[in-house]
Amino acid sequence: RTGANNSHRLFCSSLSPEFDSSIPLSLFHLPFLRLLFCLQTTSVNQLEQTCNFFPPLSLSFSTSSTPSVTLFRVSTPFPMASLQQSPAIKGAKVLMVGAGGIGCELLKTLALSGFEDIHIIDMDTIEVSNLNRQFLFRQKHVGQSKAKVARDAVLRFRPHISISSYHANVKDSNFNVDFFKQFNVVLNGLDNLDARRHVNRLCLAAEVPLVESGTTGFLGQVSVHVKGRTDCYECNPKPSPKTYPVCTITSTPSKFVHCIVWAKELLFAKLFGDKNQDNDLNVRSSDSTGSSEQAEDVFERKANESIEQYGRRIYDHVFGYNIEQALSNEETWKSRNKPRPIYSRDVISAELMQQNGNSDKAGSAGDPLSVSAMASLGLKNPQDLWSLKDNSRVFFEALKLFFGKREKEIGSLCFDKDDPLAVEFVTAAANIRAASFGIPLHSLFEAKGIAGNIVHAVATTNAIVAGLIVIEAIKVLQKDFDSYRMSYCLEHVTQKMLIMPVQPFEPNKSCCVCSETPLTLEIDTNHSKLRDFVEKIVKAKLSMTSPLIMHGSSLLYEVGDDLDDAMIANYSANLEKVLSSLPSPVTSGTMLTVEDLQQEFTCNINIKHREEFDEENEPDGMVLHGWTQVPTKPKDDDDKPPTGNGDSSKTSQTETVEAEAEVVVKINIEEIGASGNKRKAPDSRDISTDPPSNDVNEATAANHKKVHKIDDGDDEEELVMLDHWDIDTNKKQKLR
Amino acid sequence: KPSFGLYGTRKTFLFSSDSSKPILPCSSTLSEVGAGLQREFGFPVVWFGRCVIQVQFTDSGISRVLGFSSLLLNCLLIVNLVTRVRLEMEGEQLTEQETALYDRQIRVWGADAQRRLSKSHIFVYGMKGTVAEFCKNIVLAGVGSVTLMDDRAVTNEALASNFLIPPEEKVYSGKTLAELCCDSLKEFNPMVHVSVEKAELVTLGQQFFEKFDVVVISSCPPATKILINEKCRKLSKRVAFYTVECRDSCGEIFVDLQNYKYMKEATSAPWGRLQRRTSKLYFAMRVIESFEEANGRNPGVFSVEDVPAVLQLKRKLCEAQSVSESFVPDTLLERLVIGSIEFPPVCAIIGGILGQEVIKAISGKGDPVKNFFYFDVVDGKGVIEDISSRAPEADSASSKSANIITQVVLE
Repeated sequence: RTGANNSHRLFCSSLSPEFDSSIPLSLFHLPFLRLLFCLQTTSVNQLEQTCNFFPPLSLSFSTSSTPSVTLFRVSTPFPMASLQQSPAIKGAKVLMVGAGGIGCELLKTLALSGFEDIHIIDMDTIEVSNLNRQFLFRQKHVGQSKAKVARDAVLRFRPHISISSYHANVKDSNFNVDFFKQFNVVLNGLDNLDARRHVNRLCLAAEVPLVESGTTGFLGQVSVHVKGRTDCYECNPKPSPKTYPVCTITSTPSKFVHCIVWAKELLFAKLFGDKNQDNDLNVRSSDSTGSSEQAEDVFERKANESIEQYGRRIYDHVFGYNIEQALSNEETWKSRNKPRPIYSRDVISAELMQQNGNSDKAGSAGDPLSVSAMASLGLKNPQDLWSLKDNSRVFFEALKLFFGKREKEIGSLCFDKDDPLAVEFVTAAANIRAASFGIPLHSLFEAKGIAGNIVHAVATTNAIVAGLIVIEAIKVLQKDFDSYRMSYCLEHVTQKMLIMPVQPFEPNKSCCVCSETPLTLEIDTNHSKLRDFVEKIVKAKLSMTSPLIMHGSSLLYEVGDDLDDAMIANYSANLEKVLSSLPSPVTSGTMLTVEDLQQEFTCNINIKHREEFDEENEPDGMVLHGWTQVPTKPKDDDDKPPTGNGDSSKTSQTETVEAEAEVVVKINIEEIGASGNKRKAPDSRDISTDPPSNDVNEATAANHKKVHKIDDGDDEEELVMLDHWDIDTNKKQKLR
Repeated sequence: KPSFGLYGTRKTFLFSSDSSKPILPCSSTLSEVGAGLQREFGFPVVWFGRCVIQVQFTDSGISRVLGFSSLLLNCLLIVNLVTRVRLEMEGEQLTEQETALYDRQIRVWGADAQRRLSKSHIFVYGMKGTVAEFCKNIVLAGVGSVTLMDDRAVTNEALASNFLIPPEEKVYSGKTLAELCCDSLKEFNPMVHVSVEKAELVTLGQQFFEKFDVVVISSCPPATKILINEKCRKLSKRVAFYTVECRDSCGEIFVDLQNYKYMKEATSAPWGRLQRRTSKLYFAMRVIESFEEANGRNPGVFSVEDVPAVLQLKRKLCEAQSVSESFVPDTLLERLVIGSIEFPPVCAIIGGILGQEVIKAISGKGDPVKNFFYFDVVDGKGVIEDISSRAPEADSASSKSANIITQVVLE
């Protein structure tokens, strides 16, 4: 207690358990523990009547000699560390989605901060490249469930708290709205857009606040999403997965990433993937040009053909013949550098071909992931830049090893960044193609990053972001709406800051996820099939997992376990029909209702018929409007690596965000910094100099009338007279 | 015809057919070097003695032994005739194991930075929650060694915010904080050498710090910090010096990379010369330090009874520095006094920023903080304060200011 100028301030020196239990829970529901503090205007008795939730306080005041008391809220005079004992934290039930880079840090910080009931979902298992930052994991845990190992590790230093782990996909149907409803707050540490959207919808449906996060390198971001109070995760555009025009990939690459996409999506998929999949590679060889449609596929290995011969044939076809073919179209090369055809005989002698590689060193056939062309060729450093000759040797060696040691998998392989042989093959093929087109070559290390869409990640950013998440989670639990902040970790100092808070967005009134605003779809109803609509819009764009499509009262399509055979037959027949010839025809002006029962998310789509689509810019053959996604640039003009792990959609090289750990956050610093922006940095009061009197009493006296908000000079604080305090006033002061 | 010979010991060669990229890791043995030459240039290579590679040309069917040298410099000269070759004498390349483990972070700061990290030695004093977070970060990042010092025994406070200490009495009893943290840190990354030194911090001689590239000091009085800072400054070698403190919802990092202010100067800049926008925490921390010093308190040992005295000291200091009392908000001081315990989310944030700064300093990548960093939960800002640039004629002025502070404290 300090007495100066007749003012009395009551401090709670700590929230000891005894004191804690004497304060009713409702006290802690005051925003962010801006509690107490005293004096004048109202008597203690009046106070008790006005604020009937203050009996324990009046006890303290009754010992005071001051006859009259006013209360105002002052920001956080409470020691934060004492919050560990607060019922708002101890009693909170928290769901964490993701136990990766952010997840490990977050689980640790939550446990230290006093959280006692934590649930954690993660479908992944531990890999070696996780160990540099996911500090709860050790070498011996490689291959085990992240959620479970993280739980066990944290229980070692906080044995008495409850942590439930789920080694499962958050999109599984048992994690439904009811499951989400049991939590006070959901904390995301996810690695992909799709799962984030899914969790966002479940949180909206269950009305549970969500704290969302992401990091890449030194950049990080934390935001709070509370239904009705702030924007939802999908209110604002997100960087969309990168797509490249088909012809850039097949004929006119200008960047290394184009060569990677070609090597991964086309060549690798053609040679080792599902043979029935559409592929834009030119399969015709010189002998078969002009012959029938059933022309022989040069990628098929002929009977009695040695692996060396086969390799040379493929090599010469894709790097030699196909380039010659492309060169014959002179129009293409008027404004571009002409590529150079490369034939194997010019790069690598027959003799060297024979002695290429020592398969004994290549790894055992028993463990496919131990097979490596680099090992058998004696190449060691993945950061080395290989010559064209080396790349060619890796190309042949990798092909040989696939056929020699992993033949069973051929026909069913998908590119995987953790499959060393696949990475070697794709690197070599991309580099040879790059050499042909005069594009600088890249090391295996770099190529792997691009092909696997590997997110740069360091422990420090994850730790900082996890700290920021916990701070926001505590505000959410204390219903301190005014203090919610979106925070950015920056790589370069901006406005003197490395960690920059901004006010959260308001809900976007036309957000199709949280506001039910209908979308518009331009589509050729006479040519597009229902299947195209399901794949390209409902799944790819709307991220629905178990959709149901209705036209008025008639069901056109649904997914579920409880369907009978007749319905399944009916729906699969519908899938193959064009929209206008469905049982209940979909034409211009029709409104479709698409619903995901698990996400409890419904969305209306107005159909607008359109016949012409630009193949390069609108490769889907349909355009969705009103969907908050950054429009993909038709021309690739940034240097960001593409996202993707081989979602082999056929016309364009569409890629999904795979991201091994955290996630791509795009931070537009200028946008944050711009004043007058909706997300105004809460900075303005800082700049205004001359603070009024610092004395709380004086300030109150000066504003004795019904003033709700006074700047008291401690420039981050607000004084609000408590007897006027209610939810409504609070609302008005919120985010403008 | 070009020819070359090479002389050297294991693990010192890097070859390349293009100017920058090596074709052989320098962990290669000589026989691998030979095989690499053979592969790259198509020359057969024979051995001569233990460590000389001799190249023979077989063109026109004649096997000729061409000159080689026993001196590295000569080799370089000759080799340059053939192709551009880079020899990296210092530093080995990352091993396969390191490349696999550090893959994601090498993508952030590059292999060179990773190599420098793995050769750096770090000294840490004061094992509280924030420092535990920091140690975790740099051990994960893969520094060469971390030396811990803190002879205190485990307290409840230490248990509350330090995840490195298991809360079982049978584990922690009889061990110092540094020993317990060391045990846990070792597990995080077997490639980092973590050890404990037992000593009185103030008695350590200058030469003790010579072993280190980075010195981080926490939870000790400002006078001790200044003393260590000055010892590090006197070394011929550049040692990056940091102090870090967390109190409740606030944290402070001081950075001295030996290119601007000493800690002593930076903490005694005249307040009147600093801009109004200077973080309030800068002043508040100086008031708290002065109070601790005047009352002979250990850092962070406070109770609510101290509030009036701290506020009074603040008024005096403001008066002596001729600045308005609003420079140091009472509520902020109250928070710092009442909540002297660390708040775990702030530990994570401050420990993260400090880890990042140390990595920047070692790797030479990125712009290091100059020279204070502050974070406060209440406004959520992580702010950089450059105190050195604000006080141009600092030397005389800051000693005057230091005198003012001392006088006030003595009174």
